[in-house]
Parts: sequence; structure tokens; C-alpha cells
Amino acid sequence: MSEHNDHSHELGFIRKYVFSVDHKTIGIQYAITGLLFLFFGFCLMMLMRWQLAYPGEALPLVASWLDNSQMMPGGVMSPDLYNAFGAMHGTIMVFLGVVPLGVGGFGNYIVPLQVGAPDMAFPKLNAASYWSYFVGGVIMLGSFFLPGGPAQSGWTSYPPLSNLASTGQTMWLVGMIFLIASSLLGSVNFLVTIIQLRAKGLSFFRMPFFVWAQFVTAFLLLLAFPPLQAAAVFQLMDRVAGTSFFMPSGLVVSGMPLQVAGGGSPILWQHLFWFLAHPEVYVLILPALGIVTEVIANNTRKPLYGYKTMVYSVLFLGFLSFVVWAHHMFMTGMGTVMSNFFQTTTMIISIPSVILLSCLIITLWGASIRYNLPMMFALAFLPMFAIGGLTGLPLGLATSDIYLHDTYYVIGHFHYVVAPGTLFALFAGIYYWYPKATGRMMNNILGKLHFWISFISINGIFMPMFIQGFAGVSRRLHTPNFYAHSEAIQGTNVFMSISAWVLGAAQLLFIINFFMSLRTGKKASDNPWDATTLEWATPTPPPHGNFLQEPVVHRGPYEYSVPGKATDYVPQQVS
Amino acid sequence: MSTAVIHYIDEPHPVTGVTNSKLGIWLFIASEIMLFGALFSSYIILRVGNPAWPQGWTVLNVPLATLNTMILITSSVTMVMSWAALMTNRFDRFRLYMGLTILLGLGFMVVKGFEYSHKFHHEHFPWTNNFYGIYFTLTGLHGLHVLGGILVNLYFLLTGSKLWKANPTMFAGRIEAAGLYWHFVDLVWIFLFPSIYLL
Repeated sequence: MSEHNDHSHELGFIRKYVFSVDHKTIGIQYAITGLLFLFFGFCLMMLMRWQLAYPGEALPLVASWLDNSQMMPGGVMSPDLYNAFGAMHGTIMVFLGVVPLGVGGFGNYIVPLQVGAPDMAFPKLNAASYWSYFVGGVIMLGSFFLPGGPAQSGWTSYPPLSNLASTGQTMWLVGMIFLIASSLLGSVNFLVTIIQLRAKGLSFFRMPFFVWAQFVTAFLLLLAFPPLQAAAVFQLMDRVAGTSFFMPSGLVVSGMPLQVAGGGSPILWQHLFWFLAHPEVYVLILPALGIVTEVIANNTRKPLYGYKTMVYSVLFLGFLSFVVWAHHMFMTGMGTVMSNFFQTTTMIISIPSVILLSCLIITLWGASIRYNLPMMFALAFLPMFAIGGLTGLPLGLATSDIYLHDTYYVIGHFHYVVAPGTLFALFAGIYYWYPKATGRMMNNILGKLHFWISFISINGIFMPMFIQGFAGVSRRLHTPNFYAHSEAIQGTNVFMSISAWVLGAAQLLFIINFFMSLRTGKKASDNPWDATTLEWATPTPPPHGNFLQEPVVHRGPYEYSVPGKATDYVPQQVS
Repeated sequence: MSTAVIHYIDEPHPVTGVTNSKLGIWLFIASEIMLFGALFSSYIILRVGNPAWPQGWTVLNVPLATLNTMILITSSVTMVMSWAALMTNRFDRFRLYMGLTILLGLGFMVVKGFEYSHKFHHEHFPWTNNFYGIYFTLTGLHGLHVLGGILVNLYFLLTGSKLWKANPTMFAGRIEAAGLYWHFVDLVWIFLFPSIYLL
């Protein structure tokens, strides 16, 4: 296939691998950077889990090189450092880890291939999107080296606390502005690619579900992020230019009245923030759901159950995700009318989510399932995501939320959606498309070890959080047994922390597998999973320009086990 | 490689009827509407929650802002003329009208500068109160958008216009996209002017 590679041969190393405009290189750049940030964000949490398991004891191993008299007196994590790590764990996992991996990584690599396009519609904008994300990430990392440490006001950055926090918060806002610019460029690119560059014959209802998921995700990014941009500008003005957009009148800090004009509204930030951050939840989930759908259809060897229903559901879900945001704010005293509206929309949005999950589960019915690595992760996604979703219902109802709000129950709920849910789906995607991107299969034994250890330990972390939440343990507490009522279940924290460290160790298996398989993995054919969608109709790995001839699509995305055919799959490009 | 061609860069897609860049700029504008929508909503919420909020015309310079409104609307007209000139193959007139658009944009910024310095002179700063906070933030962000538009237009007037010889359709498409953005920035001002200066 090297004669088809002539374009990339003309480019030097820097243009080909660093400042590349090829969607595949950019996708891999996004994915690797995202994975590194995920690991870094998880490391922060593994350090915090020591403080949670053994409050007030010096950190082993890392105390000597993290020792800093202000942040780590005597090697013990100070409350300020705990807050900083907590805020940055959330920020990094959401904005620098999961979204860049799910949208930037998988979206960039797979969407143009699945729609049969030679590249994204705007390759240079695509590169600009990655580099804007990169700069945002560097700014976020740089804030760790400030004298006052990075942002400490949670990933939600609620004012007035965040307005008064140290310089790290300003860096956080500047970093966010770069990340938002990156997602804007990316989402325009995805939408134009999907709308304009579909191959001949690939009508909307012949698109693989993964492309639909990315399509809705791109709309959410395009329309939900700008209000956070506005909020970030307001908060930046508050911090840098001394305005009072989020500063109420008569604020007293440490016994001294604050010298600001006042008259602002802290609740306004919450509205603007959650207007982004609830759709953002679906930005995290939908690409993962798309991956799981591809993997499940492929490994059940039968058509997806209710493909059209799933498409309509995901569109409805995307629309509704814009009108549920204030269910994060039942405790702000916004009134029963508002609460009623938002708890109603929240209950309605569970319907399309349940439809999506049900279709996937019914697809399994009667199938002779191939239990390969991607399928194991995809199957684990289903119950994990279901637990995450169902535990959200009591939080969506204002009455039960009053008790559960700001407890570990909330942490358990959304981590079930994002960690064993979304992250497992992203791992499924890595194991599924790794052979296409590298030309080699990942090691099966290491992969299965990675799966089983991760699956057990990740539940060991998050399942006890529900118990802690019911027991009334508040989130964001530096000393978990500070209040007498939480002393009784302090033992669960030790169990959870050990689970977290085991989970961290299990990821080393993945890292080893990832790099080892590049050299020693079994060579993969162009279509190692006998799949139907267009990305498998390219040479492996796909050359610059992707397809040897412009593909023409003749059928739907999941024609598996069609009666009367010689093979149990009929690729989309077969006439 | 022959297949590595991205379609619909200069000819419109047969179904959607637009080129990639035109669809892209519309999506970008949709995103910008959400940005300014959030800014305006915040303005409403802050204003409604503050009984002492002054009426714009009592403290701001309405004649200067009216002048600026005229300048921006005129610049939108010259922007259309520059694109229309390309449609009739008159590159010289394109340069004239594009130059005028840029000058009018700069004129808007100069008037804005006078307005700001006048406010600073009278000790009215963003931190004075939330009225001035909103005034400076919203007009400032709009000003940044005008500045961005001027830079893009300058590029198309100078180095970017080389494309005219190589691919006139593509160049006209780019001017149309830049024009859509310029009209949007104009439209934002049409909302800003009454809601901040006149109410």
C-alpha cells in the first residue's frame, strides 16, 4: 500500500507526527494526551484516597518529593492541597481526559472513516482544535506550580469562594477558555464532516450508531459550551477587573467586609455552569454509548435491535439535556415551581436513556456472543451504566435530593456513569480499534487480566459510596471522620482506597499491553473482527486519504447473519 | 493521491445546497448566538435583581453610540458590495469595498476608544458597579469580535486575495463566509445598542 502513501512521504517527521493535519494522527494525539491526563487525574485521586483511608497520617512513598511545608506539613496532605487535588481531579478527568479521548480521539479517528470521507472537512481547524486543547492542558498543569497551588474550588468553581481563591483559579479560567475554543472548533468540524462528507449511498439512516452519537455530541458541545464561556469571562472579570457579577452585596470574609461593589448573583454562575455541565454529562456518555453499540452489534453477530428507535432516542436525549440543568440546584432555594419543572424534565430524560440501554440488552437476546476483549468491556458497560443511571433518579427528585445532596451518594452515582460506565466503553473502543490503527492485535491474556481486576476493584471503590451517602457522609471532606456520624463507617474508606490502588496497578497491565502489542502483537488483517462498517474497508493502518477508492455504500450498518449469504456479515460497501 | 480530495470545498453539496465553509460558519454563528444569549440573559438577571440599576441613556453617550450604529450598518453594506463585486468579476471594486469595510470597522473601534476613555476620565470603571461591569464586558467582547473581523478582512484584502487568481469560486465563498460573520457581529450590536444604551 506504500504507493498510496505518497502524500505522507513528502512530509517530514514534524509535519507528519507533530503538526499533522491528518485526522488519524490528530485522533491518536488526542487519545494519547487524553489517556495521559486520565492517568494523571487518577494519580491525584490515589493520593487523596490515602488521606481518606488514614486521615492525618503522612503519605508513604511520595511524601518526600511532594514535601512542601505549606501544602504538606510533615508529609500530611493539607486541606488546601486536598481541595486543590479534588478540584483538579474533576477538571482533568472531565475536560482533559474523557472528552478528549471519547470525542477528540475516537471521534477524530473513526468518524471520517465510518462516513467514508478522506479526512475531516477542515483538517487545519482540526489541528488547531488539538493544539488549543494542548495549550489549555499545559495551562492547567502549569497552575500546579503556582505558589498557592492550582484551583481549589471544586471542578464546579462556585463563587463567591472561587472569586476569592488563589491565582490558580485564574489559570483554571484561562485554561477553560482554551478548552472551550478547542471544543468549538472540533464540534463545527464534526458536524460539517457528518452532514457534507458522507460517502455516496450513506444516507443518514445508514450511518453507524457511533456516528449518530458523535453527531449529537457535537451539537451539545457547539451549543452548551458558549454559556460556560460567558460565565468564565464573567468570573475572569470578577477576579481580574474587580467586577461583582457573582459577588453579592455585604459579603464579609474573615470578619472584614469585602471591598467590592456587590449586587451580583452567585446563583447566576450555577445556572450558567450547569447549562453547560449537564449536556456535558451526555458529551461524556454518548461517544461511549456509540462505541458499545458498535462492539455489541459486531460481537452478537446480529443486527442491532431497534436501530431507528435508538437514533430517535439519542436525538431526543440531546434535545432534553438542555432543559434539565437546574436539577443540580434544588438546594439553592430557587423555589418549588422551578424545582417541579426541572424534576419533571429529569424524569422524562430517563426514558430515552432506558430505551437506548434496553435496545442494547435486547440485542444480546438469542445471540451467540463472541466474548473477546472489546465485548467484555462493552458488556460490563451495560450494568455499570444502568446502576449509574438508576441511582440518579432519587437525585433528580427534589424531595429525596434534599437528603442525598452533597453526600458520597452523588459521587457514587456519577462515577458509576463515568468510570465503570464511560471509561469501560472507552477501553472497549481501544481494544476494538487498536488493530485498525496499529495493524496489530492487543494481547488477550493481559487484556483479560486488565478487565477482571479493573472490573472488581472499580466496584470496590464506588459501591461503598452509596452506603456512605445514605449514612450522611458529606463529599469534599478533607477529614472523612471529622463528624461523629461518619466514624462508624470509616472502615469502608480503607476498603475503597485499597480498591483504588489495585485499580491503579491494573492500569499498568493496560499500559504494558498497549506498548508491547505495538511490536509483538499478532498481525491484524484489514477486518479482524469481521465487521460491516466502512472503517474496516480501508487498508490497515489506513493511509493518508483513507480509502483506496471512494467508497460507495449499498446497505445499512449492521447486516450480520443475513439469511442466504455466504458469510455471516455483509459490509456496507458490498453491492 | 486522487481519492484524498475533500469534497464540497468550492461547489455546494447537492442535498444541503451549501459548501463546507458556509455550513461551518453558520454552525459557528449558532455557537456565538449561545455565547451572546448567555451574556444577555446574565445582563437581564443582574439588572432585574438590582433596583438601583441606572437607565442607560442617563449615563451613557447615546449620540456616539448612534454614530457607531450607523458606521457598523454601513460597513455591513460595503461588505455585501465587496462580495457582489466578486460575483460580477470586478476585483478592483472588491478591493475598494473591502478596504472601506475595514476602515469603517476601525472607525467603530476608534469611536469606542473615545467612549471608553471618556468613561475612565470620569472614574467610571468596570469595578464601579455592575452596570459598568456589564457595559464594559459586553461592549468589550463585542469589540473583540469586531477586531477579529477586521483582522480576517485584512487578510482577505492582502495575502488572502491571491486565491482569487487560482480559484475564484473558493475565494468568493470565503468572502461570503467572512461576510456572514461580519453581519452577525453587526447584528449583535443592533441588540446591544438599545438594550444597554437606550433602556
